[in-house]
Amino acid sequence: MAATVLPARAAKGGRPRRSRRLGEHLAGWGFVSPAVLLIGLFGMLPVLWSFWLSFQETDLTSPGEFAGGAKYAELVRDPLMWEAARRSAVYTVLFVPLTMVLALPIAVMLNQRIRGVTLYRMAVFVPLVTSTVATGIIFNWLLNPQFGPVNAALAKAGLPQQGFFQSPGQALFALVAMTVWGWLGFAVIIYLAALQAVPADLMEAAALDGCGRLRAFRHVELPLLAPASGFLLVWLTINSLQLFDEVYVTTKGGPLRATTVVVYHLYNKAFVDFDGGYAAAVGCVLFLVILAVTLVQLALTRRASSYEVR
Amino acid sequence: MSITMTGRAAKGPATRGPAADGTAPRRRSRRPSPLHLVLLPLSLVMVAPLLWMVLLSVSTKEETRRFPPGLPHGIEWRNYTGALADAPLAHWLGNSAIVSVSCVAGNLVFCSLAGYAFARIRFLGSRALFVAVLATLMVPFQIVMLPTLIMVRAAGLTDTLGALIVPNLATAFGVFLLRQFFTTVPRELEEAARIDGASRLRILVQVMLPLMRPTLATLAVLTFLQTWNDFLWPLIAVQNPDHMTVQLGLQTFQGAHNTDWPKLMAGTVISQLPVFAMFFVAQRFFVRSVATAGLK
Repeated sequence: MAATVLPARAAKGGRPRRSRRLGEHLAGWGFVSPAVLLIGLFGMLPVLWSFWLSFQETDLTSPGEFAGGAKYAELVRDPLMWEAARRSAVYTVLFVPLTMVLALPIAVMLNQRIRGVTLYRMAVFVPLVTSTVATGIIFNWLLNPQFGPVNAALAKAGLPQQGFFQSPGQALFALVAMTVWGWLGFAVIIYLAALQAVPADLMEAAALDGCGRLRAFRHVELPLLAPASGFLLVWLTINSLQLFDEVYVTTKGGPLRATTVVVYHLYNKAFVDFDGGYAAAVGCVLFLVILAVTLVQLALTRRASSYEVR
Repeated sequence: MSITMTGRAAKGPATRGPAADGTAPRRRSRRPSPLHLVLLPLSLVMVAPLLWMVLLSVSTKEETRRFPPGLPHGIEWRNYTGALADAPLAHWLGNSAIVSVSCVAGNLVFCSLAGYAFARIRFLGSRALFVAVLATLMVPFQIVMLPTLIMVRAAGLTDTLGALIVPNLATAFGVFLLRQFFTTVPRELEEAARIDGASRLRILVQVMLPLMRPTLATLAVLTFLQTWNDFLWPLIAVQNPDHMTVQLGLQTFQGAHNTDWPKLMAGTVISQLPVFAMFFVAQRFFVRSVATAGLK
């Protein structure tokens, strides 16, 4: 341990107040400066820098030229941008409610004391530690139109073969299915933690008052889960607006751009078309949208979660 | 927030599940709960993709075409040796380990220092700085990555492991998490040490940090998972296969072997082994850590 060799400098008792205060300021700044410098350099500065980049004509390797609001004007007129925004919206509107609606009853079931519940929990949580690339490879196989087991099962059942990731009409839905599988465990963990924080005596009181299990859930537990739901709503929405990795490892934005969501469009602009200014402009708009979504949802859930245990 | 992983362990703490009312265990011993009818198929659906991955990784190419799948006739280890021969999977795993362990170490040190100062030292500008750090939690990575790439290039870190490590050495989440826990430690504990003349650093290392082992471990687990599974940043920061993490390497492996499914699955299994091992050994702890992230 490094600290044991450090001399204990502060004199016992009789140190003048002012130098003590100064020492505190210096200690404070000394302690926070490594983290604050790193976070400032890689978390704060890049935001301003991206904002500045969005007014530039730049390929990100050579110095750019000032372009005014041209990139934003281009973005607003770009049909690809609007398509991408629509796809991100469709994805979010499907993924977020689906994950939450599935997670809540699963969390309630996994909160019961039944035999083997530990194994059930592990089964639900294990996709969470499966990396996105591994998930993508596995689903590329499962949903493979020629050799995949899902189509083989459909064939056995006498149903028509599907294209999944290779069908422009289905690829986005296949992505929803894959990501719900991957994220379900996270939502279940959040709900489970909230359920286990419900005081046992509240439920006992409800039972004593002749309240059935279902009614107790509806009127006691469900309101207490509002903060967890609010958190999940914000967290899952933010993540689905930033969808990229899952697309890259499965469809690469295709087929026929059917899965080119906002961040994939940004990636294409920055690293395929080398239009850094445009990509930065997309990033800035995304930031504003995420900020707005977060603030609106926080305001809404704050009102919803005003129910308190007294 | 903590989660009781085993149903039976719910005897102790005051916060426990609704069914923990003393009647459940007796009923359980008489007849199995009808919930198994839902939970069993559900668990199978959740695990099936991963079981399939393992099954495929030891099958021959011909066996992969069978449906419904049966057990393979023998274990085809050649898929594994083939995957290891075709791609530097072990090297990529090593790169990922270097990157993740460095980021975990950086976060533990820097976030402890900053978290402690923000919680306990009253210094000029501390509140404004802390709010600024918190604000970065809302910033999407996509707006940060382009300037970060320019900086990394300017610093000559292009295509090095340093490009993957340096920007992730300290995170706003880590600072926030540790600060929250430092504020819960009773002040009396450090005041005694202060009166004895111990320095701030000494108090942090010898008094505070030993009290926070579970929280530090939580930050370590979350940082490890985050950096281990990171994809977009390595994708744009690294092109040289020598410096790829296992996720990025596996993606290039997929591009090269997307017709040889057994070999591809063998590579995928290898890439997942460390994290799966961690999960099975410390799943209770892992679940508790993820629940803590939800506090955010």
